[in-house]
Amino acid sequence: MSETVLDVRDLEAGYEPGVPIVRGASITVSKGEIVVVLGPNGAGKSSLIKAIAGLVPITGGTVRLDGKDITAAPAHTMVRLGLAFVPQTENIFPLMSVEDNLKVACGILERRETPARIEEMYAAFPDLARQRRTVAGNLSGGQRQMLAVARALIVHPKVLVLDEPSAGLSPKFVAMVFDMLAGIRKSGVTILLVEQNAKAALAIGDRAYVLVEGKDRHEGVASELWNDPVVAELYLGQRRQASEKGSAA
Amino acid sequence: MNLQFVVDGLLTGSMIGLGAIGVTLTYSILRFSNFAHGDFMAWGTYATLAVVGATGAMFGKIAPIAPLSFGWPLIVALIIGMAITGLLALLLDFVLFARLRAKGQAIIVVMASFGASMALRSLLEFIFTSRPTYFSRAIQIAMPVGFGIRITPDQIALLLLTAVLVLGVHLLMTRTQTGRSMQALSQNAALARIVGIDVASVVRVTWIIGGALACVAGVMIGILIQIRPFMGFDMLLPMFAAAILGGIGSVPGAVLGGLIIGLAEAGAVQLIGAEWRAAVSFIILMAVLFVRPVGLFGVRER
Repeated sequence: MSETVLDVRDLEAGYEPGVPIVRGASITVSKGEIVVVLGPNGAGKSSLIKAIAGLVPITGGTVRLDGKDITAAPAHTMVRLGLAFVPQTENIFPLMSVEDNLKVACGILERRETPARIEEMYAAFPDLARQRRTVAGNLSGGQRQMLAVARALIVHPKVLVLDEPSAGLSPKFVAMVFDMLAGIRKSGVTILLVEQNAKAALAIGDRAYVLVEGKDRHEGVASELWNDPVVAELYLGQRRQASEKGSAA
Repeated sequence: MNLQFVVDGLLTGSMIGLGAIGVTLTYSILRFSNFAHGDFMAWGTYATLAVVGATGAMFGKIAPIAPLSFGWPLIVALIIGMAITGLLALLLDFVLFARLRAKGQAIIVVMASFGASMALRSLLEFIFTSRPTYFSRAIQIAMPVGFGIRITPDQIALLLLTAVLVLGVHLLMTRTQTGRSMQALSQNAALARIVGIDVASVVRVTWIIGGALACVAGVMIGILIQIRPFMGFDMLLPMFAAAILGGIGSVPGAVLGGLIIGLAEAGAVQLIGAEWRAAVSFIILMAVLFVRPVGLFGVRER
């Protein structure tokens, strides 16, 4: 097995003491992988990755990044440690220009490196290059996601963590976002992703976990999980029946 | 109508505007109305006065720089005073506001700032008495500049100083990483942390800038009018009106708001009488809140 980048063991986390939302979840992400976390609503998927990113208090277990214990690291130190997080909503600064949104995220880069790194992002996301002076709040939903991802990638993260990147987007943009993630993985970036849109996420993912009631209940190869009866029972059942009916019709 | 009110208005407006920058920054970044901001002004002024007195005692009397009423000691003292006021703001945050902020209820922090305001003011009265004092008792001759307007060299120098400071703060906010971090924090505090911004250090910078500018505004009042423990408290309403008129979080907005209120006050004094001066900022504040609550440069949140 290839080298582990992110290693989450028996994680317990929650906003209030004594009320854990994440209850002993364990996941690992290896270098170059896309790992997907699936699960029914309220399973604690978002809380799990927010806890990993230092945004939800952790009450038990460990998070290791490249072997280094980052369980207690404050959220603002995560980019320096190599973990870049893209929240589900409000993931850009709406009153700043596209360019300033990128610049403000470059705090940990060498000052001389910043302009070249911003140009690299524009080369990777030509849509953003065309709108560099646009106030970010005026971007379309898909372009906002693009900016949020570019902002996270700009600091050369060891792992890119995304909370439901397709949420709230129109189908056209959903496809665009998943294409973008597949492209990012090709460039060598490791990705951990929480998604409601299981089918699309499994299509680009390598491995997936199913989280139920704050605990990882099942793990498998992404392409096989879609037809895995255990997964169907845990979570996917009704949804898959619905989508098969839909495609048959 | 006598156009003299324009100069008076711009000067009052500069004092209000410099103070309002601090108000608008603390409001947008720390998310509370700091009622002690006016008292930072008064403390800065008295600190500057004390440094001027100390240099006078150490080096003897130094002549003012020709046509101005003040010399190098005041300029040096102002810089020291700005630093002291910035530190005072930091200290107050450390002792009081940061602890209350951690508990998460904005209204408690606001009330605490009201208490801090009273305590700071009383302390000034205790140390310096409430008798008005002055940087200089020399009388300056105002020069006619046409259109019936007269202006003193001090007034010209202070207007220029205001312009330089405002430009400097604006460049800091828009062109530097520190400024972008401050904007980021005011727009989305959680995301600011995610992109690696150390909130505590941005908060410190905010207090230092706000305190230092309050000190300059206070010293302007001290040079042009007089120094009293209540001098800053009396500026509180105009400063908040200016910050809200300009749009919370906007530095140019705060300054423009200050100038508008300063001009309106000076105009009102001429047209309807000096007793209405204080009402002007209140009326403008009410009008803005009714007509355009986000202010001139403000943006509606989502």
